[in-house]
Amino acid sequence: MRKQYSPFTYITFFFLINTILCSLTPIILHAELISGYEFISEQAKEIQNDDFQNPGFSVIENGLDIYNEVGENEVQCSNCHGLNGNKFIPKSIAQFPKFHEILDKPVTLRDQIQYCWVERLENFPLLYDDIQLLALETMIRNKAFGEKVNVDINEKMKPYYEAGKAFYFTRFGQMDMNCSQCHDIYTGQMLRGQKLSQGHTNGFPLFRLESQKMVNLPQRLRECFRSLRAETFEQNSDEFRNLEIYLNARGNGLKIETPAVRY
Amino acid sequence: MFVRINILVVHSLIVLFCFYSNNISASPEIKYIVEGDNIFNPLGGLEGDPRNGRELVRNKNKGNCLSCHHLPIPEDDFHGTIGPSLIAVSQRLTESQIRLRVTDMKQVNPNSIMPGFFRGPEKMNRISSIYENTTILSAQDIEDIVSYLITLKTIQTKTF
Repeated sequence: MRKQYSPFTYITFFFLINTILCSLTPIILHAELISGYEFISEQAKEIQNDDFQNPGFSVIENGLDIYNEVGENEVQCSNCHGLNGNKFIPKSIAQFPKFHEILDKPVTLRDQIQYCWVERLENFPLLYDDIQLLALETMIRNKAFGEKVNVDINEKMKPYYEAGKAFYFTRFGQMDMNCSQCHDIYTGQMLRGQKLSQGHTNGFPLFRLESQKMVNLPQRLRECFRSLRAETFEQNSDEFRNLEIYLNARGNGLKIETPAVRY
Repeated sequence: MFVRINILVVHSLIVLFCFYSNNISASPEIKYIVEGDNIFNPLGGLEGDPRNGRELVRNKNKGNCLSCHHLPIPEDDFHGTIGPSLIAVSQRLTESQIRLRVTDMKQVNPNSIMPGFFRGPEKMNRISSIYENTTILSAQDIEDIVSYLITLKTIQTKTF
């Protein structure tokens, strides 16, 4: 004979399952990392996949020209990093931003290029929105194409990561929104003709179809801030650096696809 | 009957110097009274023009409602899906309820993504200096949009 359960048992089970599901929700939400590539139109995907159509590749060529230039002290990048950058280690590039022991702070790939530019080549420092710095960053990041992003956020990086995370959940500007609302809660929804992505950084520096130019992450963030009608931060500010650490670490495991094409 | 007066919002900031006076859409001195989830009185006692309201919800620099909501405006190709559809919205909400939601949605749901179009600038974090001491829309704009939205009674397209 079939065993009869009391209604109380059913209610208990109902709440038990509910509790488990609720506790799993944050994990389920972030379990699947989706690159911004999946949120763009077919035409934009074609542009990104075609090396001749993708405007990022001309920037890479510019980057290689700068890479081969001789610095103030007769040293050039290829002395350490090989001809056309063939000695770059993709795994190491994918670890940026990482902690710099000499500077005693975290450095992005941009900061590291700047450091070499000044310390090794003994050149005059580049401006942070300099097209040369952007070209070098695109070229070097492209060397790690297909490598999985792998930012270490333990030990010394922990406080910076936490600061970036707090920044990510802070509301800004007259629009009074934070990053999480668009890129966690409303992912996949349409903002007029544009699909909201998860906001990963594996494609940076990328070509923006909207403004028709290459941008790196701080430049993109400044455009975000402008559309939020908020006072922006400087491109080399600690706030944006911390946010970059959080965003890159958030996309740990995604493949680098620099130069990407996005809206 | 038990009427709970929730929040009495007083905007005391007065714009002293406005270099961007053509951008100013604000008159933050206008006060409004929130009762429950309603604002019963029109902001500043103004009367809305639904025809202008329809233009404001399309305008990217003004209401830009279309970027998140679906509206019966067939001329625009792309309508957002972030917010609920506003087709036949006045069957679900009264005029006074719509007024509070357009004015400051965060008083209904503090976690909402919807900007407070007439929310006091002192409640915002790090507003750009261009938009300091302003609100996104003026009181007249809010009334125009409210008067447009209450005309949306059926699921059919409304044209003027």
